[in-house]
Amino acid sequence: MFLFIVFALIAIVAGLGVILSRKPVYSALFLLLNFATLAAMYIMLQAQFLAAVQIIVYAGAIVVLFLFVVMLIGGGELNAVDRETSRQGDKANIASQRSSIQLGWPRLTALVLAVLLLAGVGYGVITGQLHQPTGTAAAFGQGSVEAVAATLYTDYLLPFEMTSVLLLVGMVGAVVLARNE
Amino acid sequence: MVPISYYLILSAILFTVGVVGVLIRRNVLIIFMSVEMMLNAVNLTFAALALHFLSLNGQIFVLMAMVVAAAEVAVGLAIVMTVVRHKDTTNIEDVNLLKG
Repeated sequence: MFLFIVFALIAIVAGLGVILSRKPVYSALFLLLNFATLAAMYIMLQAQFLAAVQIIVYAGAIVVLFLFVVMLIGGGELNAVDRETSRQGDKANIASQRSSIQLGWPRLTALVLAVLLLAGVGYGVITGQLHQPTGTAAAFGQGSVEAVAATLYTDYLLPFEMTSVLLLVGMVGAVVLARNE
Repeated sequence: MVPISYYLILSAILFTVGVVGVLIRRNVLIIFMSVEMMLNAVNLTFAALALHFLSLNGQIFVLMAMVVAAAEVAVGLAIVMTVVRHKDTTNIEDVNLLKG
């Protein structure tokens, strides 16, 4: 219960960080924290395979894709604001001062959240609260790779195969959209 | 043992945060991230209910949702790149090509 509250708070504050950060880079990194926390939640829910996939696909692939795009197209709206104010002389200094104050809180918040997440995961692993099932979950014994694979490759074989078509379409679509004519 | 309802409440809160992000932000990238957060909140619901009903179907559905999310992010970010190349902005207000 204690662990759940800690993780829930981290997830919510990281979510708020995503929507309140002024720079998209900070948003992407808060999103990474949010995804990592949800992976810990999946472990608490006896969905170990999902936790691994969450880290690999979301925290690995998707956030990195976001970061690539953010770095390709620049800092977003903060840059636009800076560009306008820099023409107006004195106001540029005020704007840069304000933004340097503004940029303080995401780092501090993220640091606190990350340390809390690490401490929570460490505490959960050492005491066994994180991964050892209790109550009905113990009888369930699900979420391991074997159990998920058995269901995925028997009952859900057709949807599984169709996802490969979806990924192919997504890949072709991304290449067609993003190429330079 | 954490009650399942707590997970559902957390999921609802995260979904709401995502909705608020879509509504209040103008940067298309952050709107996109908020959409991802909403997808994740729904995934948490599925995983929690999978444990509640002692059934793996919910977890399989989360896997499918993750595949869809991965494809969606690839295509969506390609669209964002195209828009930025044409309009030189990530502000959603400036993107009104489809307006009559």
